[in-house]
Amino acid sequence: MTEKGAGQLGVSPSDRCAIGISFGNSYSSIACTIDDSPVVIANEDGDRQIPTILSYVDGEEYTGNQAKAMLIRNPKNTVISFKDFLGQEFKSIDPTHCHAAAHPQDANGTVSFTIQDKVEGEPPSTLSVKEISTRYLRRLLQSASDYLGKKVTSAVITVPTNFTESQREALIRAANDAELEVLQLINEPIASVLAYDARPEAKLEDKIIVVADLGGTRSDVAVVASRGGLYTILATAHDYEFAGVHLDTVLMDHFAKEFMKKNPNVDPRGNARSLAKLKAESEAAKKALSIGTNASFSVESLADGIDFQTTINRLRYETIARKVFEGFNRLVEGVIKKAGLDVLDIDEVILSGGTSHTPRIANNFRAIFPETTSIQAPATSATAINPSELQARGAALQASLIQEYESDDIEQSTHPAVTTVKHITNAIGVISLSGDGEEIFTPIIAPETAVPARRTVHIAAPENGGDVLVKITEGGTHIKVTKPEPKPKENGEKEGEDEDEDDSDFDSEEEEEEHREKIWKIGTTLAEAAVRDVKKGGKVEVTINVAGDLAVTITTRAVGGKGGVRGTLPAP
Amino acid sequence: MATSTIVARPLPVLPEGWSAEKDFKPIGSITASTQRTIEPVGPHFLAHARRARHKRTFSEDDRIQAQESAKKIEKDDESDVSEPEDPLMLQREAKDWKSQDHYQVLGLSKYRWKATEEQIKRAHRKKVLKHHPDKKAAQGSTEDDNFFKCIQKATEVLLDPVKRRQFDSVDEKADVDPPTKKELAKGNYYKLWGRVFKSEARFSKQQPVPTFGDENSTKEEVENFYNFWYNFDSWRSFEYLDEDVPDDNENRDQKRHMERKNANARKKKKAEDNARLRKLLDECSAGDERIKKFRQEANAAKNKKRLDKEAAEKKAKEDARLKKEAEEKAAKEAEEKAKAEREANKKAKEAAKNAVKKNKRVLRGSVKDANYFAGSGDASPAQIDAVLNDVELVQGKIDPDEIAALAGKLNGLKVADEIKGVWSEEVKRLVAAGKLKDGDVKSLV
Ligand SMILES: Nc1ncnc2c1ncn2[C@@H]1O[C@H](COP(=O)(O)OP(=O)(O)OP(=O)(O)O)[C@@H](O)[C@H]1O
Repeated sequence: MTEKGAGQLGVSPSDRCAIGISFGNSYSSIACTIDDSPVVIANEDGDRQIPTILSYVDGEEYTGNQAKAMLIRNPKNTVISFKDFLGQEFKSIDPTHCHAAAHPQDANGTVSFTIQDKVEGEPPSTLSVKEISTRYLRRLLQSASDYLGKKVTSAVITVPTNFTESQREALIRAANDAELEVLQLINEPIASVLAYDARPEAKLEDKIIVVADLGGTRSDVAVVASRGGLYTILATAHDYEFAGVHLDTVLMDHFAKEFMKKNPNVDPRGNARSLAKLKAESEAAKKALSIGTNASFSVESLADGIDFQTTINRLRYETIARKVFEGFNRLVEGVIKKAGLDVLDIDEVILSGGTSHTPRIANNFRAIFPETTSIQAPATSATAINPSELQARGAALQASLIQEYESDDIEQSTHPAVTTVKHITNAIGVISLSGDGEEIFTPIIAPETAVPARRTVHIAAPENGGDVLVKITEGGTHIKVTKPEPKPKENGEKEGEDEDEDDSDFDSEEEEEEHREKIWKIGTTLAEAAVRDVKKGGKVEVTINVAGDLAVTITTRAVGGKGGVRGTLPAP
Repeated sequence: MATSTIVARPLPVLPEGWSAEKDFKPIGSITASTQRTIEPVGPHFLAHARRARHKRTFSEDDRIQAQESAKKIEKDDESDVSEPEDPLMLQREAKDWKSQDHYQVLGLSKYRWKATEEQIKRAHRKKVLKHHPDKKAAQGSTEDDNFFKCIQKATEVLLDPVKRRQFDSVDEKADVDPPTKKELAKGNYYKLWGRVFKSEARFSKQQPVPTFGDENSTKEEVENFYNFWYNFDSWRSFEYLDEDVPDDNENRDQKRHMERKNANARKKKKAEDNARLRKLLDECSAGDERIKKFRQEANAAKNKKRLDKEAAEKKAKEDARLKKEAEEKAAKEAEEKAKAEREANKKAKEAAKNAVKKNKRVLRGSVKDANYFAGSGDASPAQIDAVLNDVELVQGKIDPDEIAALAGKLNGLKVADEIKGVWSEEVKRLVAAGKLKDGDVKSLV
């Protein structure tokens, strides 16, 4: 990440007024923090999800939902879905989503749009995607400044994890041109994780999180290891085939066919204007179906001057959109596999992006993951944060964390020499005993923890106290699959004694589902230590400290006791 | 982390005799680690950065090295080499999508059914970037979007798991033809056929599929392989080759007719496919040297068993015969011996009897010689009777040996007194032995 750090505009920390920006292809959001808690700011239209659109009519510039409305009457002078083009050459962009609006063009390799942005009669302008972005960001800044009552100078902006170096640089330049200092560009999934972790009730826990960012034109999924509040991305996947617009298309086709049942020879998809109306109303119906079980669809003069009105219920919608929904499932399952993990390894799934409001998607995820995985989406968790706001909130939180730093400091801290560190591969833990005296690995430091790292646990001593063995080992997991017992033919004799589970065979499920569980395996032994004369019913404290070079220091003592044992293991 | 986790499962008791210097025994060190990039976000990162930066200053070198050593999470799409686009393919009509090779359209010819969903998506995106009609129009070329539609259709089919299977079912370009005799003649039997089954394996409902193996495969592996394949459970289906069913409501009869026709055609093709696979297996197994080898081995083993059995039987028979003969011989010998003994006995008995007779004659003769102890005159008949009776009595009390001994003593004696002396001695002996009572035999004393 060698894009120029903050300080591009010479803003000093004391003069800063910083916000967080989520800048999407479809929608953008702005957020600030008030008393350390993030607040998403509504623009002058009252919108918190602001369409990333600019439109020009008679020399007037429109943005957000006002600009989106122009797609019906003034598509040629309306620029949509441009953000990903920043910093890209014309040959490497996908213009699909601009089809019903201003078309991107090749201007000496960079992407540009030719639009009539001045009053009638003046020659049209050719604007590069960077200029468009600057204009759009300026409007966002204006809204934020109006809300805060002072000029916004700086921002943290979220970007997709696969944003290239040149895309980042172009974005920073576009922002600078809008007189905005970019404090930092942060990865979108991490912003979402931060938004959750910064809640006052959040506990600092080691966990593996899947962030599914389901947006308008793309879906991005990341597997994130959260270790002691440090975040490491383990795998990512990006998908342009299954996203919000594909759900719009499913509904557009559905409503078009409904319309054609009554008007057999008029296809509202046949002309641009009808198509724009169809699309706008389909998206509205889609959003309505996230809240209610029914949505109405009503367009005046949809095609050939014919008004059209109908309704759709959620069940129908979920049936016709099933393929897209299943695409999301496969995307999430695929990236977990790519990270070398299993669904059983995932502690939390965070759904972000507008499409994550869809109940079916969250419910499908609920079904894929074990019950212990929390699925953070409105449909599956009462305490979920609005998925459309997560990235802006996270960006605002990060902005408030770093705004008082000198730009140099920020630049130095975010450098690879600081961010690139060793991560341990196997868990490190201690051997404890199960109810029947079997040795069991109990993790203390989770795999994929960045070093240096330190963790402490308190473990029960044997029932009668006395001298205790603290055996430190590495550990790994494997997935144990228990096939359902084939229905016992006869009520036969005992089936051998090696069944270590009390199968709760309630005979309820007809479907023979196999049971999968994650089991810890004891790995190589690292050290043994003795803690002597532990009181009856006492506890033993074990602290493991892994240094940056992977040398390990182990300290252990009886809780409340004096002294203790301390030893070190050399770096490998 | 400031807080500490609580674990309820107890620690083990220290084993007897465990000891270490300062009660700590170092044994190993951490095995492996990965360089990764932590996200420079959040309060805990700030703390990390502070710690890290206070400890060291970073030279530009360090920075570059750190950056390069980090595990790459984002793979750049450029890594895939692109497949050249066939000019004929680019001229395809989108409406003929059924006959197009979807993999070729997306530049995935060499992957086919092996292409992952991610690969398909990446390939699609690459093609979109290249062939999007809006881009072509922007660059001033023709508005022909036929090939773009081909791309969209290919992606639609390949990203839909159901449709993809239908297409994969009839994707002949993914087939590996069975090797010809000529190819096989050059050897490589296992490699050539192995390829065929690896390709056929894509249709298996059950995965993984046992592989063909090579000349070193065990009998069990080979049997397993053929068992699996002769009971192959295939998901291959042929609806992709259906003839179009009219979509209007008018021709309902014709529609139904077409549907039936299609259903039959599918069934027929499925049956043909099953037969094809069986033929393939027959052909392959017929030339499979391993099977021959195992059969020979089995035969040899079986033959050996038979021969062993026969030999054993023969031996048993022979043994029985020998045993019987020996027994018979022994019996005969025993009988002969018994007979001889019997005869010898008889002879001996007779001899003894004769001897006894002879001896008895001697005894009787001796009293006669002694004139029945009547002195010089004639012995009265009563005297003779009494003496002979007594001789009889004594004879009856003693066994043939004693008779012989007595006879021996009497033999040659002519003098009556001497004879009488012998007799009276004998009588005394017998009385002493309790065989006779004093006075039983008066005439001889
Ligand atoms: N309540 C809702 N229910 C269902 N879909 C919604 C809802 N609200 C927004 N969406 C959809 O979410 C998508 C926009 O997502 P988001 O706001 O995350 O956009 P974005 O980050 O700009 O996406 P991208 O960059 O991928 O285009 C749109 O397709 C929109 O229709």
